[in-house]
Amino acid sequence: MEQKYKKVAYYPGCALEGTGHSYSRSTKELGKALGLELEEVKNWNCCGAMEVKNVDPKLQTYLSSRVMSIAANEMGYDTVMAPCNGCYHNLKKAEYDLENDPASVEVVGKLSEKAGHQTYEAGQVETIHALDWIKDSLGEEGIRARVKNSLKDLKIANYYGCMYTRPRHIFPEKDKGEGSESTSKPHYMDDLLAAAGAENVDFPLKTACCGGAHTLSDSDTSTRLVMNLIRAAEASGAEVIATECPTCHSGLEMHQIRAEKQHGEKSNVKIIYFTQLLGLALGLSPRQVGIHENVSDSMGLLKEKGLA
Amino acid sequence: MPIHEKSLIRPEDLVEGSGEAHIIDGVDVSGHWSTFIKSRVVKDYNEDMEAEIAALPGGEFIHRCWQCGSCTNACTVNAINPDFNPRYWIYLIRTGMEEELLRDKDIIWQCVSCHKCSYTCPRDVLPEGVMKATAHWLELKGHTPKSHSTVFDEVFAEQVIKTGKIEEGRVLRRFLTRTGQPLLQGWVLTMALRMIRHFPIKLMIHMGLANFIHPRTSGWGRARAAIEEYVEEQEAEHRKALKLDQPAE
Repeated sequence: MEQKYKKVAYYPGCALEGTGHSYSRSTKELGKALGLELEEVKNWNCCGAMEVKNVDPKLQTYLSSRVMSIAANEMGYDTVMAPCNGCYHNLKKAEYDLENDPASVEVVGKLSEKAGHQTYEAGQVETIHALDWIKDSLGEEGIRARVKNSLKDLKIANYYGCMYTRPRHIFPEKDKGEGSESTSKPHYMDDLLAAAGAENVDFPLKTACCGGAHTLSDSDTSTRLVMNLIRAAEASGAEVIATECPTCHSGLEMHQIRAEKQHGEKSNVKIIYFTQLLGLALGLSPRQVGIHENVSDSMGLLKEKGLA
Repeated sequence: MPIHEKSLIRPEDLVEGSGEAHIIDGVDVSGHWSTFIKSRVVKDYNEDMEAEIAALPGGEFIHRCWQCGSCTNACTVNAINPDFNPRYWIYLIRTGMEEELLRDKDIIWQCVSCHKCSYTCPRDVLPEGVMKATAHWLELKGHTPKSHSTVFDEVFAEQVIKTGKIEEGRVLRRFLTRTGQPLLQGWVLTMALRMIRHFPIKLMIHMGLANFIHPRTSGWGRARAAIEEYVEEQEAEHRKALKLDQPAE
């Protein structure tokens, strides 16, 4: 069988050019190490994140459709890979709306025409997450065969957040039985990290909310939600929370610090992107996967585990 | 007979104690008793409220609700504040009980958009959208000032519309300035210092330069003009649906 996702269009999004830089760096390094080619979507725009939809949901659909239109019509791709949960969610949502809601199709058509680019039509591209990208191209076997530096003894709580699985109607490929991703109990990250040798703890809050939408506008709520996650992870015996979303990741880092500064609530669990962990397992150096760019300082732990 | 669910009764409607002289609604109820619940009549129904909220983005499917309560049961915010109750608010909106809804006007914006409600709702009401529509309705009607969440959304959307992209530091600064918060609050400063310590120089320069040379999508001008025109049209439609620009009768 021909390998899936050998070359895909890469949509990093705004966060990966800023606070989520280490996620972008480790994703690209991982692609190189695994022989999966990424070509960045040309002249992309913001997908609208979690904010533009509150101004107007169809505007968010337009923003996402423009990105997909460029990948399909200007670059000839049929797959767009977005590591950021927010981008991934919005592109999926746009795909769903353009397939099912004539009013959205009309607005997107009108805006695309005025903006002077080809209108995106539902079905032109498939949007995948970085998890799908690796899981469906190499699978656990592929990872297992390439592990140079096993994550053995590293206890990980896999945290998927909200946007990767909810609401489920925008992810028609999930919940399709064995092998497919589950929206109620997602397992792709667990599978990949287990293949890399890690010990996944039984973490009950895989898809709980970190309060990312109100990280700054309602910080007390966000701190509470984040500390809830961190306490649950620590109670499950985790040393690391593995993340797959830059908003979750920086929210966890930020509110871990805020909880300590404002409320004297200290916690020790480290926050690391799953791409960084996989990279380390494949023998990449901490610097190559951007461990030093994380605010959460995990070098001590990684050294202790023989990973750095 | 004790009243077990006192928490469900408004504190101001509970009259406790006995043996003293009490007059409620002009009736002398002096005597020996434990607790009195003052009766309350709702007569100020706002029959337009459901249609107005349904006319705002996200509120479209409120009519589908059959009050099962799955949304509230799944709700992230309800778990930390029991007063945050989407099922109840949908009930109030659909029955037109505006005054009741207004009692919770200052917390409705706190929905974190985790979509647990929309995931679990058996009727596809998309309660998350209803929360956003309701929060906007409250603001447009002047019942609440713009929440920090709305200000953040606006600052964010303005930058996307203007340049096609976001630079996080700039959004943060604008948001703090517009909401009158100090730029260097203790924990923001700690975070910034840790970032400076950990981030590679090249990225810091990139992010620093973004203050002067804004990252932008090239050739965005036409998209910007089209979006601005569209947003203006939508805003006008919302105001019309809420009867906001009409002269008072």
